[in-house]
Amino acid sequence: MPTITVIRPDGSPRDLAVPEGASLMQAAIGQGIEGIVAECGGNAMCATCHVYVDETWADRLPPPGEDEDALLDGAAAERRPTSRLSCQITATPDLDGLVVTLPDRQV
Amino acid sequence: MADPPAHGRTRAVLSRVLSPAVMKTLRQRFQAAAVRLVDDLLARREIDAVADLAEAFPLSVFPEAVGLRQDGREHLLPYAGLAFNAFGPPNELRRRAFETAAPHVAWVTEQCRRENLAPDGFGAAIHAAADAGAITHDEAPLLVRSLLTAGLDTTVNSIGAAVYCLARFPEAWARLKADPGLARAAFEEAVRFESPVQTFFRTTTRPVEIGGAHLDEGSKVLMFLGAANRDPRRWDAPDRYDPARATVGHVGFGSGIHMCVGQLLGRLEGEVILSALAARVGSIAITGPAVRRYNNTLRGLERLPVTLTAA
Repeated sequence: MPTITVIRPDGSPRDLAVPEGASLMQAAIGQGIEGIVAECGGNAMCATCHVYVDETWADRLPPPGEDEDALLDGAAAERRPTSRLSCQITATPDLDGLVVTLPDRQV
Repeated sequence: MADPPAHGRTRAVLSRVLSPAVMKTLRQRFQAAAVRLVDDLLARREIDAVADLAEAFPLSVFPEAVGLRQDGREHLLPYAGLAFNAFGPPNELRRRAFETAAPHVAWVTEQCRRENLAPDGFGAAIHAAADAGAITHDEAPLLVRSLLTAGLDTTVNSIGAAVYCLARFPEAWARLKADPGLARAAFEEAVRFESPVQTFFRTTTRPVEIGGAHLDEGSKVLMFLGAANRDPRRWDAPDRYDPARATVGHVGFGSGIHMCVGQLLGRLEGEVILSALAARVGSIAITGPAVRRYNNTLRGLERLPVTLTAA
């Protein structure tokens, strides 16, 4: 199972085992990561599961779709070039070792 | 309800018109309106939390945000009420809805035309999407109408649900008072707990098996959102209203490709009004019988007499 490291706003890391085919958001919610809100439950509507992908990984993810791109403009925290919605990051074997950082707020 | 691919096109327009980025531009104005209303209500003390709060707040911000003119707005709530009664079953509520619909439908339909909408509202933005080719010019007024059908009564009943919870459950009210940052979560939990939209239909487009039951093509399937939101297999102490509960995954706004497209607007309205209440009101005391309002789809109150005391 791919492991994804989530660095929380206070700098503390936590490793999440994310089942293949599940989204990073689903795993984060299931394993009680507080900095992911996911108000819309994974329907790509709310931009409250925002993460910053580690720069060394940015090019290794499929690029954001049009909807995700538009939603990120409305994220509560600053949008950066590495911003993604974790509901749109689906775990695959080649994402094993991915590192993401949480923004300071989601709403 | 439309199916893909036509649905995706019209839905994308509404998603953009009601996007998180647009919500940011509305927040301050909505906050100010919420504070104004709560201060007015505190001055009156004895109020009906349904008409004076749950209805009054969305009515003070939503029609404006759509870009509707002032006169005639009294048609909005009856129009929405009858739309949600029209889902059936074929009972007296549904029969009366159809009998009394004409003047409300006529007014609402007229307001959806471009020339009747202010240039800076959601309505105008929908018409602009037709100019840009995202939808047709015939579709634009229908999309504006869908916003007026689904965007007001739902929020009214959700805010009513939240206030009713906070008035009934002193621990929850104390918790929100102690941490007003819980306002948004308290609203969300009220949507789970009361499920203001109780039921919604889907129609099968082909033979399908769901939970071991075989359904033919064209079957009407009624989802009980309220039941799912209190399912003990999913929720700890489902019958307890807990503003600090992790509510993610509740289906009060539906789920999937038809999930409520206005959910962010509803949440924004709910959050700012509960924030204003938490900051300025000391207590909400129920002073008379809570009277139910019966509707075939919506769960809510007709009347909730309360006394508000300043913090």
